[in-house]
Amino acid sequence: MAEGAGQGGGHSPLAQFEIKEIVPIKLGGLDLSFTNSSLFMVIAVTLAASFFLVGMRRGALVPGRWQSAAEMTYEFVAGLFRDTVGHEGRQYFPIVFTLFMFILIGNLLGMLPYSFTFTSHIIVTFAMAAAVFIGVTVLGFAKHGMHFFTFFVPPGAPIALWPLLIPIEIISYLSRPISLSVRLFANMLAGHTLLKVIAGFIPALAIFGVLPLALVVALIGLEILIAFLQAYVFAILTCLYINDALHMH
Amino acid sequence: MPQLDPSFFATQLFWLLLTLVPLYFVLRRAVLPRISEVLEARQRHIDSDLEKATKLRQEAESVLAEYEKALAKARAEAAEAIKRTSNEMAAESAKRHQAFGQELAAKTQDAEDRVAKAKEAALAQVAAVASEVAGAASAKLIGTNLPADKIDEAIKDTMRGRG
Repeated sequence: MAEGAGQGGGHSPLAQFEIKEIVPIKLGGLDLSFTNSSLFMVIAVTLAASFFLVGMRRGALVPGRWQSAAEMTYEFVAGLFRDTVGHEGRQYFPIVFTLFMFILIGNLLGMLPYSFTFTSHIIVTFAMAAAVFIGVTVLGFAKHGMHFFTFFVPPGAPIALWPLLIPIEIISYLSRPISLSVRLFANMLAGHTLLKVIAGFIPALAIFGVLPLALVVALIGLEILIAFLQAYVFAILTCLYINDALHMH
Repeated sequence: MPQLDPSFFATQLFWLLLTLVPLYFVLRRAVLPRISEVLEARQRHIDSDLEKATKLRQEAESVLAEYEKALAKARAEAAEAIKRTSNEMAAESAKRHQAFGQELAAKTQDAEDRVAKAKEAALAQVAAVASEVAGAASAKLIGTNLPADKIDEAIKDTMRGRG
């Protein structure tokens, strides 16, 4: 929802997604500048870490508000992980937990006016999805060896259908990182663009601007829900992929 | 669309790596062990409390069972004592009742005897008086002294006829 009143961007609904350099850093031929995106990544990570470190500081037997919130977040993700992966894959739980917290806080930070939503950039979501995909594939081969290829054979399917089904399975497997990353990116992009477009009607309609204003208020509620939901979906799909790699079908 | 500008890909990937990896290590090394440690400690505490409560309840139940056993025993003893006492009392009462009945019967007999004796004596006296009166009356009326034995006989006949 950031009101990206960029230099040349004006009030385009996409101006809020523009990346602006804050501290230019050039390393070799690469531009690794500290940008508004980087700033919000740092804020998100700092918030996530301090939420837990401060919340669990006392580690009281009877938790206070912050500790309760930290524990509930942990138990939510742990319950999700336990239900989908089970006890066997527990060493991969920190990865799912990190991704969930990073995406959740990134999405929620994006709801603040003038902020930047780093999860609305395909390169960020794709990097996370690709890391999950590569990790899960390596895990599958490490666990099952060449036997992992049987994952692409649907169990119980007649052999006559294999030439048809196996390519479908392979394509669906390979499209996992794309669907995983595009889902998050597109949700964030569409939601924030929609908010911006409708918000643009408010001054244009003068007194009747209260109608789009009410709609924007309702949509902000929906966007907060989506911010949570997309982090949840990303986490649960990561869990399912880990489960597939560990237990195959 | 700014998302499709490749000139910003490198910086985003670089900073993603630079933020996500430290977050992963902080969560894995510091946060997650801490939370599971706290949760486990709480679970242990709850378990031990529950165990203690179970033990106490078992103790209480055994005490209750003992108490109920003692109560049942006391009740049985009390019932026994009541039965014994009431039997004794019934026997005593029957004995006394019988003794009293005998005494009463003896006294009644005695009284009846005395009444009968008195009646007899009275009747005898009535006969004597009647014969005397009859003698005197006959002497006055007919001027003859009837023999006493005849008068007596007549009176006896009369009295017998009246019952």
